[in-house]
Order: sequence, then C-alpha cells, then structure tokens
Amino acid sequence: MPYVFTAPWVQDLFIFTVMYAALASAWNIVGGYSGYISLGHAAFFGLGAYAVAILFEHISIGGGYRPFFVLPLVGVAVGIASLPIAWVAYRTRAATFAIVTITLLFVAQQLAFNLHSLTGGSQGATMPTPSFPVATYNVPFYFAMLGILALAMLISWYIRGSKLGLALFAIRDDEDRARGLGVQTSFAKLTSFAVSAGLVAMAGGVWAYYLTFIYPQFAVDPLITIGMVLMVYLGGRGTLWGPVLGAFILVPAQKYLAYQLGASQLYLIGYASVFLVVMLLLPRGILPSLADLARRLRVRHDRERRRVEEAATS
Amino acid sequence: MHVFVQACILGLLTGGVYALMASGLALGFGVMRVINVAQGALIILGAYLSYSLYTSLHIDPFVGLVVLTPLMFLLGTGLQLVFLRPLRDEEREELSLLVTWAIALGIEGILSLAYSTTYRSTITGYADHSWSIGGYYVSVARAYAFIASFAVIGLLFAVLKFTKLGRAIRATVQNPMAARLLGIDTRVVSAVGFGLSVATASAAGAVYGIVFPFNPGSHYDLISRLLTIIVLGGLGSLGGAVIAALFMGVSESVFSAEVSPIWSSFTFFIVLIVVLVLRPQGLFGARVRGSI
Amino acid sequence: MTPLLEVEEARKRFGGVVAVDGCSFTVAAGTITGLIGPNGSGKTTVFNLVTGYLPADAGTIRFGGETIRRPDPTTLARKGLIRTFQQARVFPNLTVVENLALAVPSSRAGSLRPRVTPQEREHAEELLDDFTLTQHKHSLASELSFGQRKLLEFAATLMSRPRLVLLDEPAAGVNPVLVERIEHHIRRLHGEGLTFLVVEHDMPFVMRLCEPVIVLDRGRTIAEGPAADVQLDPRVLDAYLGD
Repeated sequence: MPYVFTAPWVQDLFIFTVMYAALASAWNIVGGYSGYISLGHAAFFGLGAYAVAILFEHISIGGGYRPFFVLPLVGVAVGIASLPIAWVAYRTRAATFAIVTITLLFVAQQLAFNLHSLTGGSQGATMPTPSFPVATYNVPFYFAMLGILALAMLISWYIRGSKLGLALFAIRDDEDRARGLGVQTSFAKLTSFAVSAGLVAMAGGVWAYYLTFIYPQFAVDPLITIGMVLMVYLGGRGTLWGPVLGAFILVPAQKYLAYQLGASQLYLIGYASVFLVVMLLLPRGILPSLADLARRLRVRHDRERRRVEEAATS
Repeated sequence: MHVFVQACILGLLTGGVYALMASGLALGFGVMRVINVAQGALIILGAYLSYSLYTSLHIDPFVGLVVLTPLMFLLGTGLQLVFLRPLRDEEREELSLLVTWAIALGIEGILSLAYSTTYRSTITGYADHSWSIGGYYVSVARAYAFIASFAVIGLLFAVLKFTKLGRAIRATVQNPMAARLLGIDTRVVSAVGFGLSVATASAAGAVYGIVFPFNPGSHYDLISRLLTIIVLGGLGSLGGAVIAALFMGVSESVFSAEVSPIWSSFTFFIVLIVVLVLRPQGLFGARVRGSI
Repeated sequence: MTPLLEVEEARKRFGGVVAVDGCSFTVAAGTITGLIGPNGSGKTTVFNLVTGYLPADAGTIRFGGETIRRPDPTTLARKGLIRTFQQARVFPNLTVVENLALAVPSSRAGSLRPRVTPQEREHAEELLDDFTLTQHKHSLASELSFGQRKLLEFAATLMSRPRLVLLDEPAAGVNPVLVERIEHHIRRLHGEGLTFLVVEHDMPFVMRLCEPVIVLDRGRTIAEGPAADVQLDPRVLDAYLGD
C-alpha cells in the first residue's frame, strides 16, 4: 500500500487507520465479546509506548529494526502486567468496572507525568530517529502496524471459534447463569483482558517509534480510548470486522476534521457529536444492523415465495 | 502532629466540597441508574459561569447561584431528556458512561472555545485570608466553601426527606417499579432528580472556582476523584458519598502533607484498590453475589 | 435414606426484614422433593442461599456430606448442583446447541478447543431429541418461545450429569400441555436416578409429583414429609389460610 501511495500524508493516514483498526479489534475482545466496557485501555497503549522508549533509553537495544523485534516481548509483558489490575477490576461489574478502568487511565497518566527518571516526565521521552531510507521511511512502520492488526484479527477470529469465545459471549449474555453452569468465568475474563492489553501495548510501541517522541498527555490520552470504543460501537460490537470497519470510517474522518478545523476545541466538539449520534441512532453498529436488515429481507422474501408457491399449486 | 492535624483540617474542608459534588453524582445514579461522567465538566461549567458573573457583573459567587442553579437545573433536565431517556433500560448503566463522557468532551470543547485554556480563578475579596484557630490555619475561602457545600447538601437532604417530591425521588431510587405502581410518574421524577443533580453542580462549581484554579481540562481530575468517591461510598448512596468524600479529602490531604504532594492523587487510587479487594460494593452499596 | 442436601439453621435478613429465620431441611438422594410455602415464606430466598446466589448470614449447607463453606454457583455446579430460574435464563445470542455445549465440564476450562466439540454436539442433540427441540438446534436462543426456553434451560442443567437439580418454579408462566411435558421429563430423569428439589406455587403439580414435600412459613420449616400428610397438616393449612 505505501508503495502505491507515496505522499507522506497518505501514508500517515494509512498507518493511523491500521493502528486504530488494531486497537479497536483488541478492545473488541474485551468490550465486544465479554461486554465489559473498559475505558482505560489507553493506559496500556501508553505503557507499550513508554516501554519501547524506555527499553531504548535505559537498555540501549539499538536502533534500526530492533525496536520492532522487541514488540512481542512488550506485548507479553504488558499482558501479564495487566493481570493484577484486571483481577481487581473484575471484582466489579458493569458501570463500576468502567469506573475502575477510567481510574486506571488517570493513574497511568499521573505515573507518566511523575516518574521523571523513567519517563522523562512532562518533557516526554524520545527515541532516536531510525536511519531508514527517506523514500521509504514510513514503510516499516506501516508493515509493523499491519502485522499487529493481522495478529489482532487472527487472535479475535480464533477466540470466536473456541471455547474461550463461547464463554465470553455467554458472559456477555448472562454472566451469572454462566457461573451457575460451572463456566470458569474468571479465567475467560482475565485471559481476554491480558490478550487485549498486550495487543494494544504493541500498537503503542510502534506508535512511539513512529513519532520518536512521546508526551504523557498524548500517550495516555482518554481520546485514544474514546476512539477505540467509538469505532467498535460504530462497526458493531462483538463482530470480527466491525472494529476494522469503524476504524476505516472514523480515522480518515477524524484526520479530515483535524485538518479542516485545526483547533482542538472544535475537534473535541466534533468528536463528541459523532459519538452521541452513533450511540443514540445506531447503538448496535453497522454490521449487526445490516445483518438484521438482511435477515428481515430474507424472511420477507421467503414468505413471499411461499405465498407464490401456494397460489400456484392451489 | 501539628502537621497532621492541619492536614486533617484542610482535608475536611476540601472533603466538604467533594461531598457536594459527589452527592450530585450519587443522586443522578440513584434516580436514573446513570453514571454522569459529565458531572465534572458541568461543575467546571458552573465554575466558569460563576466566574463570569463575578468578573463582569461583580456578583458574588454565592449570590450568583440564585441565577445559576435554576439554569443548570434546566440544563440537567434537558440533557436527560435528549441524551439519556432514549437509552434502553438494560444498557443504560453502561451506555450512559459513554454518552455522558461524550457530553463532557463537548462541554470541554465549548468552554475552550469560549474561555481559552488559561487557568482562571474566582478571586473574591476574602480569597487570600486565613483565620488562625488554636494555632491552625483555616483558609477563609475554604471555610466558606465548606459551609456553603454543607448548606446545599443539607438542603438536598431536607428536600429528599421532607417534601413530597423528595419522597417520590427516594421511592424511585429504591424501587422504580413499585414507585410506578404507587402512581408516581417515574419519568418526571427521574428528570427532576437528574436536573437536581446537575443543579448541585452549579453550587459545587461556584464553590470550586473560589478555592481552586481551573481550566476546561480540569474536569478529568475532578471526575476521576468523584467516581472513586461514589464507588467507595457505594453507588447510589448519598450518605455514603458524603462520608466517602470527607474520608478521601482527609486521606488525600494527610498523604500530601506526610508523604508527598505530587502523589497525593494516588491516595484515591490506593483506597479504591483496597475497597475493591475487600468490599467491592463499597461502604453502603447492596451486597449480592451475582444477580438473581 | 442418604441426605444429598442438608440445610441447617439458615438465616438471612434484608435490612429490617428477616426472610429466613433458622430454616432447616434435608433433601434425600433419589427423590423429587418439593419446597412450598405461602408468599413471604422465604422459599425463594432459601433457594438462592442454597444455590450460592445470596450469601447467608448464618447456617450450614452440606451437599453430598460435604460442608460448603461459602456457596458459590460455579463451585456448586462443579460439585453437581445446578439450578434453573423462574424466568428461564438462557443465552439469547448463542444458538441452542451452543447453549447446551456451554454447560459441559470441559467447557469450564475456557481454552482454545473448538466451540462445540463433536462429542458435545452428539450429547446435545440427544438431549434436544429427548426434549423435542431438535428442529431448533441452530436457532438462536432468543428466537425460542418462553416454553421452549424453559425446556432448553432444563436441558442445559442436564448436560453435566449433575447429582441434584433445583427447579425454580418450573410450571410458572407455562401452558398446561407444557407443564405436563415438564412433569414427564422430571419423572423420567428421576427414574434414571436424578434428585430434584422443586420450588413451586402450583399445588396440584407439587402434590402429583413431589415426594416428600417441605413446607416453609415465615422463614422456617413447619412441615416435612410425605405429600399426603403435609396436605392435611393443620399447621400447613393454617399457614396458607390463616393471617
């Protein structure tokens, strides 16, 4: 793709679109499959971003392509690190769970700001610019993000078809009934959360390297969570392609708005409006609504056909 | 020891303001099962409006409340009607979080446009004064804020306990279906209740603006504290919210004085974790091991 | 008579209301035991205590001779105690077969095995056949009628071959033909050795089906014994007709 379109702003658009598609797919594993709305996932994004930056600064893993190879490690590490947090959060349900995750986000932001020695505080953290050839500079980043998206989708697809997915969907429908039948709901919830967090962290790592400098308020930004959530809701919670669809619609729209309106205030209002419109008018999302429509049409078609057949035979 | 007591005093005063803010949030949850993440933004809105009234028209913030409170009440009922009523019952609790978050962002955006992002403060004549009571400093502004907060909380409790509307609200909070069977129009009641909870935001905002500097982005800090407070107190419990608020105010202040001011907001997080591990339903929340 | 479930001095209060006030009874293995009582007798609460959906304030619960310290639905299910719900709770967005596959022990490991293994599918289809739901096997549970959901829920409890099935008002909200079917299934399964505890309001249903019958009133057991005796027990008549 980036070989076809060489204008940097287009490549940048692709990178961000693919990134958000990956983030949305990852969030979907928790928010869509199990129905637990985590509003703090941006914390893991920031964690991944800072992890890569810190590995760079404090352990000198070297430049070039090395940071990309570190990503799986970062993903696994953040996934495991998220478990104790998830365990505490999962002691609650629904709204309280969401509140706990929001708190997580703010805590992560505080940590990013205050742990100067590690994160550089409000001055941010930097990574040396890799010496990729100028003409194809963005290409490695694009493929890295694409790789993460592919991984996220593969994992999502696999989980759907497995017992883990069955358990998660059952939890979404009626967690207590699932428990009553002996389903190990804790295992399912924790696993889904860790996987989701790990994927998000990897995307954060690539993002950090792409920008080469990260500031706490942008790495751990509530707007990132809102973006993920909105895209999943728009495309269809719990579906496989919904989050991707949502990202492919919203990221270009977002970039366009930012370009036209520039000022962040209008941007916020714009975001808020889109969010509200989607929530209130299309709460099930595009793909499920289309599926519903298709089914209704098919039922009507079948009924019509039967009526014709009966008329013909009588 | 002196430092500790001073911190406690300061914490208590701040806690009073938190209490007012949190009780509005708890009320909103109680009547509609809605977590109003926009409460922080509404408080900041109240702070800005109160600030404007003071700087342009020289109306003292407490006096300005006479105008602001009904306005915010109407805003609250409006928001409820347009954005929250359409949500279906089963999903309302969770979706309301997202919807109200969007509203909060919208308010933040509008405020940024109107006022820019510089920090403001409603600096009244008594702002810098402190009384010295028994060797401890008590900031005049904070003392007034505390008194005002509890006056409003008291008013709120009085309305809930002694008026017909209050009883209707309490019935709706406890058991919406039973309330409906008793002839209470729960739709009106929840609209009014929600309006009330937003109205408290105006009072809280006026008070907040006197004591703390604020800008449109301040609502994040606020709402994260408030949410922790109502989880601690137990969702929907007003009394719980007040007690939890005072407790958190003191904890934060003591931690700040004795350990470190930079990490003071961490007390909220630590307390939240402890509460969730030991008693996930909060102090006064209902305890049910799963739904029946 | 081996006791399968023993409840001893269970207590539960909600604020000022004492719902269960030192309630004790036993369910013997291999019986269809009925649990009845007038409104407010606490039978629903006791049911929830026994199945782990409400924490008891006091009292002991023993299942298969083992004292259960903090009853919890998941642990109880793994030990072989499963319940149904009055509202017929199924998983609306899963298919009928998936609803059943979920209730199987191997599902409990979460994990990456396929959603419905061939053995599970076979077992599920057998059950669906027993309950004459086979034509719906690929429908979503949300597409079933209330009566069909009750049957599905019942079938799901059987997937893990439990020792004790607690039925929460199995005849409620269901037409008489279906009530007969449900009764038939209960008898059939009982014949195969399954123990039931049935909470019901429908008196004729209980008296036809259950033996013995436990009667609660005001949070306590007031009678426990053969259906015929309980029916004539003056205390029982008093509880239902008095006040």
